[in-house]
Amino acid sequence: MTVAVNSSQAGEPVFYLADEHPHPEGYSTSLGFWIYLMSDCLIFAMLFAAFGVLGANYAAGPAPKDLFDLDLVAVNTSMLLLSSITYGFAMLTMQQNKVAQTQMWLAITGLFGLAFIGIELTEFAHMIHEGATPQRSAFLSAFFTLVGTHGLHVSCGLIWLVTLMVQVQKFGLIEANRRRLMCLSMFWHFLDVVWIGVFTFVYLLGVLR
Amino acid sequence: MNTDTHAAGAHDHHHDDGHAHSTFSGYMLGFVLSVVLTAIPFWLVMSGTLPSKQITALVIMAFAIVQIVVHMIYFLHMSPKSENGWTMMALIFTIVMVVIALSGSLWVMNHLNSNMMPMHEMTGMK
Repeated sequence: MTVAVNSSQAGEPVFYLADEHPHPEGYSTSLGFWIYLMSDCLIFAMLFAAFGVLGANYAAGPAPKDLFDLDLVAVNTSMLLLSSITYGFAMLTMQQNKVAQTQMWLAITGLFGLAFIGIELTEFAHMIHEGATPQRSAFLSAFFTLVGTHGLHVSCGLIWLVTLMVQVQKFGLIEANRRRLMCLSMFWHFLDVVWIGVFTFVYLLGVLR
Repeated sequence: MNTDTHAAGAHDHHHDDGHAHSTFSGYMLGFVLSVVLTAIPFWLVMSGTLPSKQITALVIMAFAIVQIVVHMIYFLHMSPKSENGWTMMALIFTIVMVVIALSGSLWVMNHLNSNMMPMHEMTGMK
């Protein structure tokens, strides 16, 4: 605590208390969560850097052209994009205090997210079945690490989404639940931003190469 | 900064921060823009319309950057004013770190690759 003492004209001291005033619960949550997202962004940047360095080392194995099915990637991208807009609708209905509609939009978001994970796992299974495993080449190690980490984030987001739907069902749209839904909104949209990098640099540029 | 005005202003500000910016038209505009910005790169690569691969690569990278900015503004509701500018500060710091790490890694490893080339060619010989 810092106390500055000033003498006013009358001679009596005036105190200025430069002290932390009490904050309402969770007032700094969104900034803190944003800083977490930025640190997560650094993780993805490192994985992108690894992919950028190793992405052309096929070790005489399959190249992106032989493996990637752009139609499937386009469908997958649209799943994630649709889940982003439906989460946006969930936030809008949350602002209007409509519990049932918020729950419905959250459920739709979850289904799109599940479709995304399902398609991605099918793609992985197909690649592994063809012998393109993470052990095959440096390119495939970097690919599975980068895309797999993103998929893991989406899966965690889905678990979080279900948890919050149970919370909203039990306690309604209370202040704490609104704050949590806002954090998940940032997380979900952030994953969509990372996916833009993945489909551009991994899939599209990979097929171009 | 005067503590009294800070205390009075900060609570109202933080309370509705993050909720106030989202509107239906904002989300829809962001969605339409990102659909267009996703569809064009996919179409360019799948149809091979542009004459050279380098041009296609540059164009789709430009589209990715624009789409990331669109997502930041319309979905993540970034603005220079949110949280008194601290989110923007954290974002700029992260971008600086990412650019240094990414360009540095690619640059160094690329040079390493070209300087190791004789060795590489020798091991490649049968």
